[in-house]
Parts: sequence; structure tokens; C-alpha cells
Amino acid sequence: MKLLLEQLLVERVTLTDGALGTELQKRGLAAGEPGDLWNLAHPERVEEVTRSYVEAGSRIVLTNTFRSNRVTLARYGLAEKAVDLNRAGAAVAMRAAGDRACVFGSIGPTGKLLITGEVTPEEVVGAFVEQARALAEAGLHGIVIETMGDLEEARLAVAATRRTGLPVAGCMVFDSGKNKDRTLMGATPEQVAEALSEAGADIVGANCGQGIAGYVAICRRLCAATDRPVWIKPNAGLPQLIEGRTVYAGSPEEFARCAPELAQAGARFLGGCCGTNPDHIRALRQALAQNR
Amino acid sequence: MADLSKLPDAILTGDSKTAVAVTKAALAENADPMELVTKYMVPAMDEVGRRFECEEYFVPELLLAARAMKGSLDLIRPLLAERGAEPAGRVVIGTVKGDLHDIGKNLVASMLEGGGFEVIDLGTDVAPEKFVQAVKDRNANIVCLSALLTVTMPSMKTTIEALRTAGVRDQVKVMVGGAPVTQQYASDIGADGYGDNANEAVRLARALVAR
Repeated sequence: MKLLLEQLLVERVTLTDGALGTELQKRGLAAGEPGDLWNLAHPERVEEVTRSYVEAGSRIVLTNTFRSNRVTLARYGLAEKAVDLNRAGAAVAMRAAGDRACVFGSIGPTGKLLITGEVTPEEVVGAFVEQARALAEAGLHGIVIETMGDLEEARLAVAATRRTGLPVAGCMVFDSGKNKDRTLMGATPEQVAEALSEAGADIVGANCGQGIAGYVAICRRLCAATDRPVWIKPNAGLPQLIEGRTVYAGSPEEFARCAPELAQAGARFLGGCCGTNPDHIRALRQALAQNR
Repeated sequence: MADLSKLPDAILTGDSKTAVAVTKAALAENADPMELVTKYMVPAMDEVGRRFECEEYFVPELLLAARAMKGSLDLIRPLLAERGAEPAGRVVIGTVKGDLHDIGKNLVASMLEGGGFEVIDLGTDVAPEKFVQAVKDRNANIVCLSALLTVTMPSMKTTIEALRTAGVRDQVKVMVGGAPVTQQYASDIGADGYGDNANEAVRLARALVAR
């Protein structure tokens, strides 16, 4: 499987996918309903979204399993569904990807704080080991730990998922501090890159939290602090209220404009997070092709 | 003798044990509870806020300081209540309907408690009617609404409308926050204020009740 990562890295920048949540909402996902449940309830709609990314040019697509760890699922009374949801999510994404894209399993944070004792390190590790194993058994190509706010939880997640033998990407959100270059808990890009590399991440990165422009400097700092390839998935800007609906205003054009800069800053994997859609991926692809 | 000089340090470093021990000792020696708060604890929390703004402190330090502060306040509050002293304000806080995320909400709640506010935490996925009822029952003057998901942000607007319909909108100041929320959004839905982080939320709450 490491071979696959090496193959992808032959490309200067490998395109990943865009948002799943906001795309599922367009297809009827109710406010607050965890999108992961659609892996079982409406797999065809999840497959449609994932396929739209494959068609837009994504070489790596993520599973719809961001919240499918038992700690998070327990809030919905669904802890015992963890394995089923991950298996179903993996199957949907593999069908959509076919032989045109690789599938990485998405693992998000538990939503509980280690520092206040709401959740123990053992519970965190147990939940991530279970999730990663279910994803790996389905035959995926890699795992992405994403949208982490606490470096300690991210480290635990990377270490836990490494046991699958799959390539693991560890990504955190940078949305705090005056310059929006710190994680929720105050870690710098340098600290994140060092800690996650040491924990065994094959790829380190950043996603969510802010628009693409702010990620250029963060990408540069991540690259300077690690020898691992860097993964970046920014939001489509910040959401705004337009006629009573929440809308992400960051346009595909803005993505296209910043893509060469991000590539130059060293990003090896590039895609989008909240609010991005296949148009953003197409824009990235065109911008990177022209820039070659 | 209680070594009161240790109290601000204990709060600053998040040393709950020492904060509680010093407070206990001071109260046993009949220290003025109000003076403990105004002279030793509030300045310490102000310093915590300053360090947060300078990026010396981040969320972990804020949380620990607020916990130490709360440990002391839990001892002091009953004594203040006996004297009829009012809290800085009464806050009803919750994550809005449809949203189960609570890290941000819990942070703001502990910081507000540390800042001397009485906090009524309604939890997550809170329906507008529940906010209205709590405001009426507890005679609150601040309502804090939290949302992490862009899809649940509109529940903030619904809640503000419910407060208006119930005739209690003028009795409270409404503060909103959460990762996707912006000042622009707060203004659009008719909230009284927006805080980018837990420290700012305390400053904002103070400013709103002082108006």
C-alpha cells in the first residue's frame, strides 16, 4: 500500500476531493443529521457526490465516515453502529471511485476534550482503532485523520490508525490566534508537523477552519518543519447568511487563484473542505495544469 | 494565616487545589468574600485574558484557569448570596437545535462562570422554546447561543425570533458564537453581540450588561 502513496507522489500535486457534508445537504440531508448515517440510509446519494468528485478530477476521494467513531456516535445513541457505518462508507466510496481514484478513510475528532477528562486516552484510542480497522478491512488505500483541534487527540489517532499498515495522513484545523495560524489548543504548524511526523504520520496537513488564502503560509511552515508530504484542504471561505440560508462564498475562482501559490509553498495533496464542491476541484485542476 | 498572594497565582497557573485551599483558609479567618473576588480573583482572570490575547495562553490554559476560579467561587458564592450580592449577570447558554457540539459552548460557560456570571447551561440540541422558558424561569439577562454546523446556524435566528414572540427579547442580550459564526452573521440575525473566542465572550457579556 505504501507503493500507492509513492505512485501518487509522482504527480507534483495530487488532487483530493471537496466537501461531503454540504453536498449531502443539497441532496436533502437535514440540519444536524449526521451525514454518515446516509452510508446505510441513502448510499446512492453518497455515491453520487463521491462520483461527482471523481469526475471532477479527484485522484483521492474520502469516505463519508468523518463522525463514525463510537465516542461521537454515542451522542446519537449509535455507538454500536460504528463498524457497520464504516464498512458501508468504505463500500460506497470504493464503488464511486472504481479504478479511477484511490479511497482514503476519513476519521474526524471525537468531539470530546481529553484535557477536561470528558474522554480518556484509552477511549479515544479504542474508538479510532475500531474505526480504522473497519475501514482498512474494506480494502481502502489510506486513512486521513482530519479536522483535529487537539494535537494530543491527533497524535493518539495517528498512532492508533498506523496499526492498520495503511498510509496515514494527520491533519489539523488552524483557526485560532490573531493570525489564524494556531490550532484550537494553540499548537503552531511547526509543532503539529513535528508531533504528527513523530507519531508516524506518512502525510501531515491542515484542513477546514478558514479559506484558501490563509493556508499558503501555513503550508509553507508545515513543509519547512517536516520531510513528509503536506496535505491541504481549505474551506470555501467563511459562511455567510444570504436570504436566510447559510452560504459559503469562497468561489472556485479564488481556489484557482491560490492553487499555484499553494503548490509553490510545497503542498502535495490539494482539495477542499466545508462549502467546496466539484467546481472547486475542477478549478484547482485547471489552475495546476496551466501552472505546470 | 491564609497566604492570599497565592490565590491569583493559583488561578493564573490553573492550580485548582491551591486556589481552593487558600480560599478556604481565608474564609475560615473571616476574610471578606467580596474582597477575595474583586481584589484577588477578578484581576487574575483579567491577566488570563490578557495573556490569551497576547497568545501566551490558549484554550488549555483558559480552561484550567476558569476551573481554578470556579473552585474558589463555589466556596464564596453561598456567602455572597447570603448578603444578597448579585452575580455579574444571569446567563442562559446552549447549543442550538439540531446541533450536538458542545466544546465551544462548554468553554464559554466555564469562562463566564469564572468571570462571576451565574450560568444556566441547557446543554446541546436546545429548542427555541427551552431557551424562552429558561429565560422566564431564571430571570436571565443574557442568552448565549452556540452552533458548530453551518446547517444549524439558522436555529440561532429561530431562537431569537422565539424570544421576541414570547415578549422576552428586550429583557435579554443575545450573544452568538461558534466556528462558522461571524460578526456579519450576528448582525444579520439581530443578535446583540458576537465573540470569536471564550475570552472575548466574557468581555462582551460584561460590556452588554453594563449598557
